[in-house]
Amino acid sequence: MDMSFTPEEMAFRDEVRAFIDENYPKDLKSKRTRGEMSKEDILTWHRILYKKGWVVPHWPVEYGGTGWSITQRFIWNEENARAETQALLPFGLSMVGPVIFNYGNEEQKKRFLPGILSADDWWCQGYSEPGAGSDLASLRTKAVLDGDHYVVNGSKTWTTLAQYADWMFCLVRTNADVKAQEGISFLLIDMKTPGITVRPIITMDGSHEVNEVFLEDVRVPVENRIGEENKGWTYAKFLLGNERSGIAGVARSKKAIERLKSIANAELMDGQPLMKTDEFARKVAELEIDLSALEVTELRTLAAESKGKGPGPEASILKIKGTEIQQRITELAVEAVGNYASVEMPMGEMAGNDFVAGPDYANGAAQNYFNMRKTSIYGGSNEIQHNIIAKMVLGL
Amino acid sequence: MDFSFTEEQTLLRNSVQGLLASKYDFDTRRKIVKSADGMSKEIWAQFAEMGLLAAPFTEEQGGFGGGAIETMIVLEEMGRNLVVEPYVETVVIAGGFLREGGDADQQAAHIPGIVDGSTIWAFAYAEPQGRYNLADLVTTAKKDGAGYTVNGYKAVVLGAPWAQKLVVTARTGGGQRDRDGVSVFIVDKNAPGVSTRDYPTVDGRRASEITFENVKVGADALIGAEGKGLPLVEKITDQAIAALSAEAVGCMGELNKATVEYCKTRKQFGVPIGKFQVLQHRMVDMFMAYEQSVSMTYMVNLKLEENEAERIKAAAGAKVQIGKAGRYVGQQAVQLHGGMGMTDELNVGHYFKRLTMIDTQFGNVDHQLKRYSNAA
Repeated sequence: MDMSFTPEEMAFRDEVRAFIDENYPKDLKSKRTRGEMSKEDILTWHRILYKKGWVVPHWPVEYGGTGWSITQRFIWNEENARAETQALLPFGLSMVGPVIFNYGNEEQKKRFLPGILSADDWWCQGYSEPGAGSDLASLRTKAVLDGDHYVVNGSKTWTTLAQYADWMFCLVRTNADVKAQEGISFLLIDMKTPGITVRPIITMDGSHEVNEVFLEDVRVPVENRIGEENKGWTYAKFLLGNERSGIAGVARSKKAIERLKSIANAELMDGQPLMKTDEFARKVAELEIDLSALEVTELRTLAAESKGKGPGPEASILKIKGTEIQQRITELAVEAVGNYASVEMPMGEMAGNDFVAGPDYANGAAQNYFNMRKTSIYGGSNEIQHNIIAKMVLGL
Repeated sequence: MDFSFTEEQTLLRNSVQGLLASKYDFDTRRKIVKSADGMSKEIWAQFAEMGLLAAPFTEEQGGFGGGAIETMIVLEEMGRNLVVEPYVETVVIAGGFLREGGDADQQAAHIPGIVDGSTIWAFAYAEPQGRYNLADLVTTAKKDGAGYTVNGYKAVVLGAPWAQKLVVTARTGGGQRDRDGVSVFIVDKNAPGVSTRDYPTVDGRRASEITFENVKVGADALIGAEGKGLPLVEKITDQAIAALSAEAVGCMGELNKATVEYCKTRKQFGVPIGKFQVLQHRMVDMFMAYEQSVSMTYMVNLKLEENEAERIKAAAGAKVQIGKAGRYVGQQAVQLHGGMGMTDELNVGHYFKRLTMIDTQFGNVDHQLKRYSNAA
């Protein structure tokens, strides 16, 4: 058992750190804090990493992976978090990509993987429906075979960034007469197909991240089906397992705690920095300890994974604890900024145009807190994750 | 011992409920919040007409002689409807300063404008460095002939964009955080030297950052004795806390009702999700958090006139309870509504946002815990 880095790993860290310093566009960070990211801004870092060949460290080398060890990938994530780079969108890279190279045919790999790697194709996730949230398998969007096409009818919801998407990977019902899980297929749908309407959902923090997607007689070529008909649930579950393991967000949370501390050092209470008060210092300490535990838990999961196990149901721990910590950080940031938590930062088209009161570090603190409540709901709610552990790990 | 309401109090509740049900449904409120003004002059005029703006003043002052319980009833109903209009700022706080600290001339000059709805007030007390310490003031008022000259900066002055008059705390003596040397002034918002920058708040209200640059006020602007204002400021903010507690109770009551209703109707895995024991227990915890908040709200409203230590313990205790309960109930209401709870469309997120902001007003849980333990 050993948790320290070797000299080679330290050299690797220096290399990637230098690369990020030299190549990460300086203006992106301020645009992001002001909520002014355009579609192109969101993709800038992805495109830079694509050129460098570092966009999918977690993929097998034959499909474009870097061949890095678990530790190197850990270091890479740490360094990105440290530099607060724009997180890469997971829909292609972590979700549908691995489904395609694991379950897709050669034709599909050739056709779809390059666009995922280059970010020329923007993907979105067609999973949840108005009536199918936690009970995803009850989904009702229907696909009926008509010659060499499926005709798809139904609606999807909470579809993140569908407003920009070129493609959607979509769970559809191809057999209604069997057990729910056994009648689902996994389709790749071109968002430009006639019959698709995307309608925005504005969340309580004022942002437009999620959408409803309506499908009306949408014709999808059969060759866009992944794997076998009615076996989609297997691929969907594989994808959800990957989604969970990425969700711990340890490195980003570390950076967020650092930022929280700097806020608490700038904020005064009776003339002293808030960070010097017992009650606040104690809360931050608790948070750091929780995060340390999660970090090692994640490393243990990754180590098991590198030996060919998992990501098993234990990955649900990472989702639950990771999101609880992310939420707690934003909660404490609201506490830290005091009266200025009230200030609303303009979002969407108003972003950057209006006066925002208070110190820069306070801008958007409350909206960020409100927004992060989604994390215990999405990707399988934390209640569902508890069920998974109870059933699959504890055998209850 | 009797926790029941009088017939008049029940009537008051019914009439506020009736008015808000017919004139302040969630869609109307959304339109008001998004309007250029950000508040409804029309509903304010109706508050005046119904006598709500007169409630806490004596009959000689043109009011109805209501007390804390009447204010509590009004605020609970306003909380239920997420009313954004500055009732607390104008009636509870400015009205409180005038009732408890104003002389006969000040009362005669200013209370009628509150009662008839023509004058809106805001309370400019917080400063960027001061956090929740009411005495931590850099803003100064220097004696200048018979009057004073005010210089300084006030942060997040809620309701100020709508206000014509401000109650301003400023230092007339002593060091930055001394208890002595704090004075309270009435300042016209359009007086020369007052400049404001207005902005929306996350809970659908409006606020201003206010700069005072050589603002001249007369001797008649001083409320209470020069340099002895802090106890009055503390008393009035405790009254505001009592009112905000009632507002929070209104918000939590609505959230709990909506959540239970949703869990009874939302089906997953073939059953209403309210059948799942883990969610049942969650909702029971939300219910208990609400009941404990009702209790603390009654207590603080009944103890506002007791001696200072008792009053502080009641107010700080209530603020801690509603801060913790508001966070729990708000977060869980969103969680149990799932994605729907995250939307701007549903009212759930709006109650959650208001509850979050109530915790930051007049000192959050940590601040009030400390205040409680210092008073105990």
